[in-house]
Formats: sequence, C-alpha cells, structure tokens
Amino acid sequence: MSGADLLAILPLLVLGGAAVVLMLAVALRRSLQLTLLLTLLALAAALACLAPAVGVAPRRVTGLLFVNGFGLLYVGLLISTSLAGALLAYGYAGKRGGQPEEAYILLLLATLGGSVLALSDHFASFFLGLELLSVSLYGLISYSRWRPPSLEAGAKYLVLAAVSSAFLLFGMALVYAELGTMSFAEIVPLAGQAGTIGILLPGLLLIVVGIAFKLAVVPFHMWTPDVYEGAPAPVTAFIATVSKGAVFALLLRLFGQIDLARYPALVFAFALIAVASMLGGNLLALLQYNVKRLLAYSSISHLGYVLVAFLAGGALGIPAATFYLVAYFATILVAFGAVGSLSDPARLRDADSLADYRGLFWRQPWLTVAFAASLLSLAGIPLTAGFFGKLYVSLAGISSPLWWLVVVLVVSSTIGLYYYLRVASIMFRRPTGRELTPAISWADGVVLAGLTGAIFFLGVYPSPLITLIQAALGLG
Amino acid sequence: MTAIVLIAVLGVTGLLCWPAERLGPRWPGWLAILGLLIDLAIVLGLWSQASASGPWLDAVRYAWIPQLGISLHFGIDGLSLLLVGLACVVGLVAIAAAWRERRQRDGLYYLLLLWSLAGITGVFVALDLVLFYFFWEIMLVPTYLLFLWGRDRQLRAAVTFFLYTQLSGLLMLVAILGLYVVHGQATGTYTFDFVDLTATRVDGPVTTWLLLGFWVAFAVKLPILPFHTWLPDAYSRAPTGVTIVLAGIMAKTAGYGLLRFAIPLFPEAAAGLAPAIMAFAAVSILYASWTAFGQRNFKRLVAYSSITSMGFVMLGAFASNDLAWQGATLQMLAHGLSIAALFLLAGALQERLGGTEFERMGGLWAITPRLGAFALVFALATLGLPGLGNFVGEFLVLAGAFQVSWFLTALAAPGLVLTTVYALWLIQRVFQGESIGGQRLPDATGRETLALGLLLAGLLWLGLFPQQTLDLVAPSLSALRPQVATTQQPGNDVVGVFVGDGELLVGTGVSPQGLRAPWDLGLPRAVPLDAPPTGTSAAISLVFPIEHYQPSRADVQGGGR
Repeated sequence: MSGADLLAILPLLVLGGAAVVLMLAVALRRSLQLTLLLTLLALAAALACLAPAVGVAPRRVTGLLFVNGFGLLYVGLLISTSLAGALLAYGYAGKRGGQPEEAYILLLLATLGGSVLALSDHFASFFLGLELLSVSLYGLISYSRWRPPSLEAGAKYLVLAAVSSAFLLFGMALVYAELGTMSFAEIVPLAGQAGTIGILLPGLLLIVVGIAFKLAVVPFHMWTPDVYEGAPAPVTAFIATVSKGAVFALLLRLFGQIDLARYPALVFAFALIAVASMLGGNLLALLQYNVKRLLAYSSISHLGYVLVAFLAGGALGIPAATFYLVAYFATILVAFGAVGSLSDPARLRDADSLADYRGLFWRQPWLTVAFAASLLSLAGIPLTAGFFGKLYVSLAGISSPLWWLVVVLVVSSTIGLYYYLRVASIMFRRPTGRELTPAISWADGVVLAGLTGAIFFLGVYPSPLITLIQAALGLG
Repeated sequence: MTAIVLIAVLGVTGLLCWPAERLGPRWPGWLAILGLLIDLAIVLGLWSQASASGPWLDAVRYAWIPQLGISLHFGIDGLSLLLVGLACVVGLVAIAAAWRERRQRDGLYYLLLLWSLAGITGVFVALDLVLFYFFWEIMLVPTYLLFLWGRDRQLRAAVTFFLYTQLSGLLMLVAILGLYVVHGQATGTYTFDFVDLTATRVDGPVTTWLLLGFWVAFAVKLPILPFHTWLPDAYSRAPTGVTIVLAGIMAKTAGYGLLRFAIPLFPEAAAGLAPAIMAFAAVSILYASWTAFGQRNFKRLVAYSSITSMGFVMLGAFASNDLAWQGATLQMLAHGLSIAALFLLAGALQERLGGTEFERMGGLWAITPRLGAFALVFALATLGLPGLGNFVGEFLVLAGAFQVSWFLTALAAPGLVLTTVYALWLIQRVFQGESIGGQRLPDATGRETLALGLLLAGLLWLGLFPQQTLDLVAPSLSALRPQVATTQQPGNDVVGVFVGDGELLVGTGVSPQGLRAPWDLGLPRAVPLDAPPTGTSAAISLVFPIEHYQPSRADVQGGGR
C-alpha cells in the first residue's frame, strides 16, 4: 500500500479511527456534549480529507475499493448527511437523560459502512460495507428501548436485512460461478460480452432483490413503514438518507456500468420496480394519518422516481439521479428533523399523528415554514429543491427509450401531492389548544435552518450543484 | 429588468405583509395595495414608452441552469403588459372585496395573495419554458392555502382545483420536456428558450401530442368543457377575494399560454387540431350558458358564465387569424374586469345576506339601488352590450372564427343569446320581483363604489376605444402568429410560407389552416435565407411577399425563386 493509496482512503480511515476514539472517550467520560463535539470533529475531518483523496483519484486501492470522483461525491454526501443527523440526534436525545452517547459510535460506523459501499469495487467490500451499515442500524433503530415499537422495528429490520443479505450472497455466488471473479472491474466487461448470460442473469436478479430490500422499493418495501414509525425520528432520517444513498451509489457502480440493454429481463425488472414503487408508494400513503408512516410510503415512491433516472442512465440519467438524491436528502432531513424536534423521546411515541400538527403555524411559525418547505419539496413544487430534482429526473427519463415511465411519474406525483397538501394545510388551520409546544434545541434549529435554506437555494439556483455533480462524474 | 422588478415588488411586499400585522390590523392590507400600485405604475410607465420599433418593451436573459439549456429569460410585450396590468387591477379589487371580512392572521392572507399574484405576473413575462412552468406552479400553492379562509372547512374544492391543475400542469411539463428532446435531436441545440424554439420549429406527428400536452393544461385552467368540473365549486367556495383572483386573472394565464406558447410553438399541429378544438370550444360555450340556467346560486351562475366567456378565448386562439387573436386578447381583458366586478357584487351580497343563494334574494333594487345598478351594468357587459369591452372581444372572435369555419361560429353564437337571457334573468331574480321583506341592508359602501366604478371605467374604455389596446397588442400578436401568405398554384394547391427567425419555410396544402409542410413535398425543411432552395422554383415563385418582415426577406421572396 502506497502513500497515495492511504490518502485515497483517508476519509474511511478517519471515520474508522474516530469510532474507536469515541468508544474510548465514552468509556472514560460520559458526556453528550463531548460526544457530539468529537463526532462532529470526526465527520468534519473526514470531509476535509476528501480534498486530498480527490487529488489522487481515480485510484484502485487493494482491489477492493475504487476511489473515483463519483464515489467520493457520494462519500461526501453521506458524511454531510451524518453531520446533520448527529446534530438532529443531539436535539432529540438532549431533551432526556439516559445514555444516548453510544448512538454516536453506531452513527460513525454506519457512515463508514455507507462510505465503503460507495467506494466498493468488489463483492467482498460490497458485503462488508453493507453489513457494517446494517448492523449499526439494528442498534440505532431499537435505541429507544423503553418503547415497544422501537424494539419491534429493530427486530423486523434485523430479520429482513438478514434475508436480503442471503439473497445478495446467493446472487454473488451465482455471478462468481458464471464469471469466476468478484471484482466489478472484471464483471462489467465480462457481462457485456456475448454468450455469458447463463446463470449470470439469475445472479444479477438476486443481487437486485438484495439491493431493492435496502432501497425499500415495491415489492420489497414491507419493512419500511414499521421501521420508520418505530425508530426514533433522527434515526429514521438516517435510514432514509445514508442507508439508501449508499446502496444507491453501489447500484450505480455495479449496474450503472453494465450495458443493461443486453439484459431485457433486468431492465424489465427495474422498470417494474420503478412503476410499482411510484404508484404503490403514493397510493398507500394516501391511507396514512401517521406522519412518519406517510413519509415512509412517500420515500418508497421517491426511490421509484430515482430509478427512472437510473434506468435512463448515461450522461443525463446518473447526474439526474444524484441531484435528486441530494435534494431528497436535504428535504427528508428537514422533514424528520421537524418531526424529531416536536417529539419527546420520553414518551411512547414520536409526534407522528396528524393531529399533533394542527395549527402548528400559529405556535411555531419558523418550524412550520421549514416543514412546509420540505413537504412542498417532496411534492416537487417550484422554489424548492424537489422541483428541479423532479424536472431533471423527468428530463432524463423522457430522453430515454423508457419515456413512458415519466408519464407514470407524473400521474403518481399528482397522487402524492394530495397527501403532502393535507399535511401542509393542516399546519395552517386554527389550533385547538391541545397541541404540544416543545422547546426546540439549538442543534435542531441549526440543521433545520441550514437545510431549509439549502432547499430554497437549490430550488432557485441549482446550477452550481449540477456543475459539481457533472465534474465529479467526469462529464465536465 | 422591469419584468424582474414587477415580480420582486409583489414578492417582497408580500413578505413584508407577514410581520406588518404586528403594527396594526390594517397594515398588511395597505402594504399589499401599495405593492400593487407600484406595479401598476410600472406597467403604465412602460405603456407610455411603447413604440412602433418592435413588439418587445423589455427583455432580459441571464444564464440560469446552462447545463440544461434553461435561462432566466423575461420579456414584456404588449400582450404581457396588458395582462400584468390586469393582474394588478384584479389584485386591487380582490383586496377591496375582502377588506371588511373579519379575520385573524391578516398578514399571512396578504402574503399568500401577493405571492399568488407574483406567480401570475411571472407567467406573463417568462420566455423560457421551464421558467414559465416554474411560475405556473408557483401561483398554485398560495392560492390553495388561501382557500383556508373560505367557508369550505374540508378544502374539498381547493383540493379538486389543485389536483386538476397540477395533473394537467405536469402533462404540460412532459410536453415541454418532450419538445426539448425532440428539438434538441433535430437541431443539436438543447434549449428551453421560447425564442430559440420558435426559430427552428420541429415537425412531425409528435408535435400534435406535444401540443395536446400544453392544451390540456390550458383547457383545465381556462376551463372548457370536459375539464371544467373543478370550477363551480372552487369559485363558489373560495373566499371572495380569492375567487376574484381565480376568475379575474388566473384563468387568463391559460389564454395567454395558448397565444404565447402553445400555438406559436406548434403552428402546424395547431392548424391540424383547430377544427376539433374549436368545436370543443363552441360546445363548451353552449353547454355552460345552458347550465347557467340551472343554478340557484349567484356565485355558481357567474362561475358558469365565466366558462362561456373563456370558451370564446379558446375559439379565437385556434381560429388563428389577426381578428380572432385580437378578439381573444380583448375578451380576456374585458372578462377579467367584468367577472371581478360580478364576484365583488356576489361577495357584497354574501356579506349582507349571509349567502348567495337566490332564495335569500329578490327585490333588492329597492333596498340597495346602487348595488343593483352596478349589477345591471356588469350583467349587460357579460351579455355583450356594445359600448362595453366584452362586446368588442366577442365580436372580433366571432368575426375571426367566421373566416375559418362558419359552421362552428354559427354553433357558438347562440351561446350569446343564452347569455343574454340568463344575465337578465339573474338581475330579475336578485334585484327585481318580490322583495325579501323589510330588511334594511346597507347599500354599496364608498370602497365598493370606488372598486366597481373603476372596473366600469375600464370596461367602457375597452368598449369605446378598443383601438388603443389593439395598437399595443397587435405587433406582439402578429409576431407570435406564424405568418402564412397564400396564393393559388396551378392545380388548386395553395402555397404558403412560414417565416421564423432567420429561416424561410415553404409549404403547400389545401388551405391556409391545413397547410402541408414542405417536407411532405420533398422540399428542404428549413431554408436559410442566403441559400435559396434548388429544384423548387415553381413552388417558390408563387410565394407572396410578407408584411411585418424586414425588406431583406422580401427581396428573397420577390427574387423570382
């Protein structure tokens, strides 16, 4: 391993080291402030280490990782999201005693796992990263152990994640049996050659199933509403962003490179998943009066939108999908940040009933503006990041042979609008006087203000981000 | 820059309205009025500078998202200017109408009202299709939230309104994106810019579908027949001020979109679909005026009358000649004023009687003579009395449409007769007949008289001096409409010319409306002006010189080629 290799994976090393340091720190002195400070420092340092890594990219490190602009872009995105997640967790857990410090160790490990996924170039690193991410999430989801739904959600996620890992492993085994390699760099050209279909296709399809579980797309979405509802709000935000973003990066790494046109069955599977997710997610969300479950179903449909861009592929589709994810991350962090800041961790449930939001505007105008902005962004209304995300994705979709997916997207997003508006308008109604009026911690305030600003900025001037994404993808 | 200032003034005053409610209960209202007056002054200032040099009074273009060919391209021509002016007037009327409604949270109400108007203004001045769509969507959310101040607790009408417009708007977005891709593939330039897109038009059967995408969005907003079901509920359930904005100006964004974008972008597809769409419009006119009779509610009756009037806009837009387009523009302006007045009156009656059902009314003339007089005048305007603006608009539309299809014109014209009957019937039900009893109701207040008087003055001015308005819009309209000159060719074929920016298109067909494209003849699709086409002398020599265009082009066309 050369110095340049180490430089290239420096962000990963920092994250891994920080997890160890944090564990020792918590053992020596239990203090939420100190833990938060160390976590933030570690994440900021990892972000700063992206700069030298970009300097030596693209670089293949040990055959397991391939550090390139694309991977580093996603690593940067994941680390920034964790930064926001750490602050949200502080705002949430700070309201109550207990022992929330260890959650930060898990958070760092999950981020490390996600980053490995985003950089992985080999089935081994793929599986390693995925398990690191999943195992950390088991702990995080059931962290509020005094709440039965939280424990239930953790158990559910554990079982289903294990099942999906089994699918994944079997798929990997089949691919290996056919091609004799586990490195993406070798799989991609081999999969492009004629006459290698054989059991490769079932193998790839099984990998798709494993990935689809993590992305929570229909028909592999069953765990989502329960886990979203049961997990503490900041953890839900983390699952919705880091976990899905990392797996999506991997999807682009592996399947984005393979010439999908040679595998109509794969294209069909992805298109079917996309259509089912867009329509299913939005239709099921219509039935929800629980905000966290509603956002869970909405996330299913949003991943469907991203798949439309993924299927379009190429110079338009991959930047579009990436842009959409960035916009979606900012948006969903605000949404769950708002839910979390209204929730009291000591209670048995978060503030997830629609009634909790009635007349919120008249009590917490700024929080309402942030939450409403995130809902409108999810709905894709102009002035918010979601608008350009949807525009970009539709543009990519319509210029591909699968243009009809955009029509499904349009119809399903109109359905989606209905329930976003229901939540948004309830906040402006006359209050009944029985609502919660919690104090909002500074950490929540910082994250919500910053990300709401980002939502509006991207909704007005998305050009710099598009430039950044295109540069990272080497599209200039 | 003026275009951006117009939007920014409304946006910023709207934002200021929110904190202003702490200063006093009337502050937000006055601030909103101030913002609208500033915009109105800017509009009048621009009007006074209008000259014959060209259609554009103001245009700016900045890069916005260059990676995707999206720019901040704003432009104001006569058409935009008049409609922005109408937006300001309607906004002022909407504020006047709701002035006395007691409500908490005044600041938020005015914030949303002004933002909705800012979005509408944006629609009228945007020249980039994404920018246009951006504003098209922006105006919806504040309007939706404004329904919260209405009498409809469940927001059912608002939700229906929103979903209709959103779905149709998204179909338009698909059409916009489709146009971008098709145009990019054909010409190599990927752009959303209206000027670039009309300079090199795309062709082929796909344009019909793209046009339909635009058309659906506009047909819902206008609305015309099969897409109108959201309207009666929305207009009658929304708070009066919001109804005035919806009917007075938001419906006009659809008419504007037809004239500015849908037809100029796809002239051939529009010509192909024109008979069907004009038939839709004619049926819509008849149906709405017939349905108006069945209404037992002042607001709902006026809502149906609005569908009738807007049907004329659709009819005129697709008749695609100078007369019809000028008529459609005048119809939009006049209808904006008259419908605002009628809904203001409806709101005034609702305030006094507690509702607008006809059972509550009757013989009101004796109690509130001034309101009655105003109602009579605006009812006469609606039925198209000469001397008031609506007459000119409807007359020009029918005159223009007659040149295209006497049959459809004859089909639509009885709508005017029905309108006459139900407008007078409305007056009879409300202001004449048996009195509702010895109630003492306040007559029109100074505020109402002022607003109604101003609207009446506007209608009179449009009706008596339409030429001033037409002079302002005619250059814009003729620049937008693809110029088609025709002549007879041996063998009964008609040869026509489309002239876009920097190119000359030659076509043939059976009529100016059903012009066949040159590629059907094996001619080059677009002919650069400096390189005359070869092997087509017979067809080209019959092309007429075209007015409105620079002499250099006339030289080309007159050069015997």
